[in-house]
This record gives sequence, C-alpha cells and structure tokens, in this order.
Amino acid sequence: MVHYETARLDASFAALSDATRRGVLEQLGRAEASISDLAETFHMTLTGMKKHVGVLERAGLVATRKVGRVRTCGLGPGRLTQETQWLEAYRRLWAARFDALDTVVEELKHKERGDGRT
Amino acid sequence: MDAPEEAGRGAGEHHTTAERTSEREVMVTRTFEAPARLVFEAWTRPELLKRWWAPQSIGMTFLSCEADVRTGGTYRFVFGHPAFEQPAAFFGRYLEVTPPARLVWTNDEGGEGGAVTTVTFEERGGVTRVVMRDVYASKEALDEAIASESTADMTESFEQLDELLVTLNVGAGG
Repeated sequence: MVHYETARLDASFAALSDATRRGVLEQLGRAEASISDLAETFHMTLTGMKKHVGVLERAGLVATRKVGRVRTCGLGPGRLTQETQWLEAYRRLWAARFDALDTVVEELKHKERGDGRT
Repeated sequence: MDAPEEAGRGAGEHHTTAERTSEREVMVTRTFEAPARLVFEAWTRPELLKRWWAPQSIGMTFLSCEADVRTGGTYRFVFGHPAFEQPAAFFGRYLEVTPPARLVWTNDEGGEGGAVTTVTFEERGGVTRVVMRDVYASKEALDEAIASESTADMTESFEQLDELLVTLNVGAGG
C-alpha cells in the first residue's frame, strides 16, 4: 500500500512538472472539457494535448470518458489532496533527515568496531 | 509495509514511509542497519543530532542546538534559511527518555495544540526500526496544521513543494 502510494506520487509529481499540465488540471478543476477544448485553450495541437492528457491520466490525476465521438476529461480519482501533498512533503523531509541520520549511525558503527583494534 | 521486519535488510530498502494513521496521528517509519543504542545515541547527543536534523537538501542551517535529553529536560533548535527574515525556533520538553527504546517530547513553538512526538526504536537482529508518531490534541489541530502548511492551489503545488519542505514544521518532532 505504502509503496504503491509512493510510486503513484512519483508519477503525480512528474506529471505536475509541466506548466501546461498544471494548467490543464486547474482548468479541469473548474469544469470538465474535451481534448479539443483543452487544445484550443492552451493553443496546442490536438496531438500535443492528447499526450499531456495521457501523462495526467496515467498518474491518475485525470480521468477521461468517451461520449459519442467526443472524449471528455475531468479530474481523476488520484488527484492530490491537500492532505496527500502535506504528507508527501513531510515524508520527504524525514527521508532526507533519515538518510543523514543513517550516515551518522554508520560512522558510529565503524567507530565502535574500530575501538579496541586501533 | 507488507513485512516491516524485513524492510531494511536489502540494500536500498530503507524507505521512509509517512501516513496519517488516525484522525489525530501521523506516523513516519524507517529502518537502520544498526543496533538501537547507536540510533538512539545519534538522536540524543546534540552534537550528533545537529549533523542530521537539518540536512543540506532542506536548505536550513542550525544556528543553535540545545537539548537536555532526559525526562523533564528541554530542547531548543534555532534555524536559519536564506528565505527567512527571522531565524525559526523550535522548542519543547522531553516527557520521556528511555534509552535505547523510547523518546517522547512536546512541540511547543506553535503554542497550545502542538503535537506530542513519540519515537520508538525496535531492534531485531541488529536492525532497528524507528517509528515516529506525532499525536495532535484533536482532529481539528491536525487538520489545521495540514491546512496552514499546505497550498490549496493545485497549479502552485509543484513549485511550492520545496518551499513547503522548508516551511513545513521542520521542528515537528523536535
């Protein structure tokens, strides 16, 4: 569960690293839109917008459904909630601290092993 | 989290996990390939604590680190950051210090309603699992901490992630 969550978050943050994709999410947060609507809003080709939507969809941030010949996009089930973002930031803070702590602990280990021999 | 006691045995398996475990609790875990007494030592000797509590990637530096690590003792960490106008101080009191198994302290910099942090060090076969729990006074207190330290604006979330790491209660848990 936790590892799955981490992988999903990595995908989410990668998806969010692009300004257009962040704009698409903001837009979809207000209302659903078709891919061609989005392409027009962001002055892009249909193909270009399809790629961006694909990245967002794989990260679970966007969900699409086809109605007739039109593909409609909305926010997906995996959208980052405020709580998820906060937890991820907190986790990263502690991961950084714990990596540094690991270095200190390894040093203590080696020092202890060295004692008595040197 | 399928097999916590196995975590940390293989190289690269030292995942730090964080989850909200209840309405008013957040839990962080990690394993270390060392006996509990060494991890505990690194956590309770100020000159060692200073070396890891504010890692470079966070962008903060210790201005001072005082910690009287015994039951009833107090701590005060002061950090500087290029983006801070004023140094940030984090302080509280150790409610329990039980070497090498358990540490409990308060986080008083935010006034009333600050979390109480409990860290346990569980050793099994030379591997130590560290479990840290921040328990807030109420569900509302934790929700408020999340709301005040988060950005609700989706479009800014990525840019602000790094900032969030800094402004996030860096002293939480200490």
